[in-house]
Amino acid sequence: MLYFIEQFLNGIQLGMLLFLLAAGLTLIFGIMDLVNLAHGSLYMIGAYFAATFAEWTDSFVLGAILALLATAAVGMALEVIAIRRLYGRNHLDHVLGTFGLLLFFNELVRLIWGPAGLTLPLPSEMFNAVEILPGLFYPLYRLVIIAATLAVALLLYILVMRTRLGMLIRAGASNREMVGALGVNIKLLYTLVFGLGAALAGFAGLMQAPILTVQIGMGENILIAAFVVVTIGGIGSIRGAFVAALLVGLVDTVGRAFVPDLLHGFLSESASSSLGRALSSMMIYLVMALILVVRPEGLFPAASK
Amino acid sequence: MADPLLEVVGLTKRFGGVVASDAISLTLMPGELHAIIGPNGAGKTTLIGQLTGETAPDSGRIRFAGRDITALPVYRRSRFGLARSFQISSLFPEFTALDNVALAVQAHSGHSFRFWGNARREAALREPARAALGRVGLAERDGMLVADLSHGERRALEIAMALATAPRMVLLDEPMAGMGPEESSRLVETLRRLKSSVTILLIEHDMDAVFALADRISVLVDGRIIASGAPAAIRTDVAVRQAYLGESEGAMHD
Amino acid sequence: MSERLTISRAARLTPRLAVNVVVLFILALVPVYAMLSGDSFAMTLFTRVLILALAALSLNLIMGFGGMVSFGHAAYLGIGGYAVGILAKEGIGSGFVQWPAAIAASALYALIVGALSLRTRGVYFIMITLAFAQMVYYVAIGLDRYGGDDGLTIYKRSRFGDIVDLNNKTFFYYLCFALLLAGIYLTWRLVNSRFGLVIQGARSNERRMRAIGFPTYRYKLVCFVIAGAMCGLAGALLANHTDFISPAMMHWTRSGDLMVMAVLGGMPAMFGPLIGALTFLLLEEGLSRITDYPNLILGPMLLMVAIYVHGGIDGLIGSMRRG
Repeated sequence: MLYFIEQFLNGIQLGMLLFLLAAGLTLIFGIMDLVNLAHGSLYMIGAYFAATFAEWTDSFVLGAILALLATAAVGMALEVIAIRRLYGRNHLDHVLGTFGLLLFFNELVRLIWGPAGLTLPLPSEMFNAVEILPGLFYPLYRLVIIAATLAVALLLYILVMRTRLGMLIRAGASNREMVGALGVNIKLLYTLVFGLGAALAGFAGLMQAPILTVQIGMGENILIAAFVVVTIGGIGSIRGAFVAALLVGLVDTVGRAFVPDLLHGFLSESASSSLGRALSSMMIYLVMALILVVRPEGLFPAASK
Repeated sequence: MADPLLEVVGLTKRFGGVVASDAISLTLMPGELHAIIGPNGAGKTTLIGQLTGETAPDSGRIRFAGRDITALPVYRRSRFGLARSFQISSLFPEFTALDNVALAVQAHSGHSFRFWGNARREAALREPARAALGRVGLAERDGMLVADLSHGERRALEIAMALATAPRMVLLDEPMAGMGPEESSRLVETLRRLKSSVTILLIEHDMDAVFALADRISVLVDGRIIASGAPAAIRTDVAVRQAYLGESEGAMHD
Repeated sequence: MSERLTISRAARLTPRLAVNVVVLFILALVPVYAMLSGDSFAMTLFTRVLILALAALSLNLIMGFGGMVSFGHAAYLGIGGYAVGILAKEGIGSGFVQWPAAIAASALYALIVGALSLRTRGVYFIMITLAFAQMVYYVAIGLDRYGGDDGLTIYKRSRFGDIVDLNNKTFFYYLCFALLLAGIYLTWRLVNSRFGLVIQGARSNERRMRAIGFPTYRYKLVCFVIAGAMCGLAGALLANHTDFISPAMMHWTRSGDLMVMAVLGGMPAMFGPLIGALTFLLLEEGLSRITDYPNLILGPMLLMVAIYVHGGIDGLIGSMRRG
């Protein structure tokens, strides 16, 4: 039971990280109608920047802040130089172009930082276990991740629901042409949205860096999961991304933890182990397929088209 | 009295709080040209959507050629003989005019799970397609790509495609849309020639055309049919004048 | 009137036709060159080109002609390859069993994936096809008996009685060449048939297709299955070519490579996939020889193609005559 709660919390943590990625993706999908395979690259760059800046400044927090700013800057530069030339094109061109960017960034990181990964150390107190329930100890840093990402989600909510920029974003997500017709500086809006997405991705990357990984290609796997989240949640919907992210995070984590054991009751040791691993990796895709069959546009599709 | 070809009973559709179709009932007799007119926002698009099968009604029934088609999907209705043209031309732009119409013929010539023979050489498809193009005056332009056709020619092609399916009834959605006076009168002549061979449900704004062609007219306002009858009766109907023509007094003329 | 159309069409084809003929000619002579120069690597590379061209051809069928952007096409390469590999491991070495099994398994998976995915549109379709490919990828990783993550070596290539020996590289090359040409010819007949016109019409304007009476879903599904089957054959060839199968065959970046090849060559041109595969693999190979960081150049090149080149290389050639 305690093990279940621990996995549940891990699932929430993964879900929150996925949300940060998916929120950016769904905004970019919804507003600019752009399929962005390079989003995972921004996640990777955030982690790499954080590791490097933290080493230079000898402070995790300072390194994180600098990394955030740097990633947002890279994102906006990318939008101005390359991404904006893909607007209005068909999705295949997007896939092709951003795939090229993905390859480019992986190679660039390898050139600058070398093929081996980096580490992002934390003050050792962060790994102390906190007793959140009698008998259940959970690492402090993982709690920090959940808290920090929830805080960012809250800030995002306030931004999108309570500010003028947010109103433009919401309007753009449901009807792109109208926003342009209203005389808003569309180019600037798009650059800002892309920069916001980049910052969110970079934040997710640097937050998970101390406990998971900083290496080339780290963006790919989580990117696909983020696409699954966006698809389940509905394109253009941040609320959908939030719900779907938690769903996917929980299904994936809890699935991996318990499916092999569940199978153990029916199959042999080796069979349940390999089948279990395969099945638990597939869980999120099965969920997505099921949801799309019933609701082909996701749970909360925002776009009117 | 012969059986109606199309019978719509109590068709209702709501979008949120808006009642787009309010218990619409109307009938279409075989061989007639029945026009539906009404101001913008009257619910014509919703009505067409329900007749063609793209929109599901909340309640009500549609009977066509003796069969209840209310739940039938779009492609089935077409196969059953209910053809339509689109208000905004919906063609296959990379293909020639002949290819476009031939596809419509193909849809009604058995199945298309034929993987080998060149369909563009099938006389059974090309000849009826040429004939349909001839009926709308496009015989000379059959080899042109749709992208190279004029607006009026595309509108005519729209109708040719509907006709090529050898339908029992054609639903024409604002065929005159965007046409100048010369093109319009040519299209009116085309439709006048067609009247004798096919039943037509005409949705139109162009009053000249409507009064020149229609055997009966129904007036749609705010999702309801407020009047239905012979053109002369509609022209003088008080409710119609008020609801529809009140803003533009000079619109109706003899 | 139709005469004029025929002449202009022929005239339009000439630069394109010339390029295609030259490419075919060069490819036909590769084994000769390899024999004379002793450069067996060229054989290996160009055999791979032919096989992936077949895979890209199948993708072009659904993507270029049908408008179905499938981001999980490498799955069929993997399924075809694993059919061969698994049967080989279990002692069934006959190509007469392996290859039909590869085709059938791929067709079956395409049927399942297509039946579910074709209910969605646009980006959702792209994502769900990607997801289905990922599923197969993870299943392959979980197959410990067949190598799991490390993959499985195939010790004996498919046997077709005593008639043929697939270990003969020259023979295998021409076999792949012949199969590719057959695939191109079959695709050409397919797209101009009744079926093909329905598929193209559905890409052009699906709403209109339904309005004139076509149940488009079932036609698209059949097309999807045909493409899957063709790619499954390519997978069987690939397994024989590399004597190895692994989940990496179905990694989503492989699906991305196939899309690049199809787009690069020009969709929906018939020889586009071959030109695309040739260009992409030669680029990859060439760049990795001149630099340790080939993707620094390849990546931006793909981006430029996406931005500036409409209709791929085929489009470039076509516009050369007009311009």
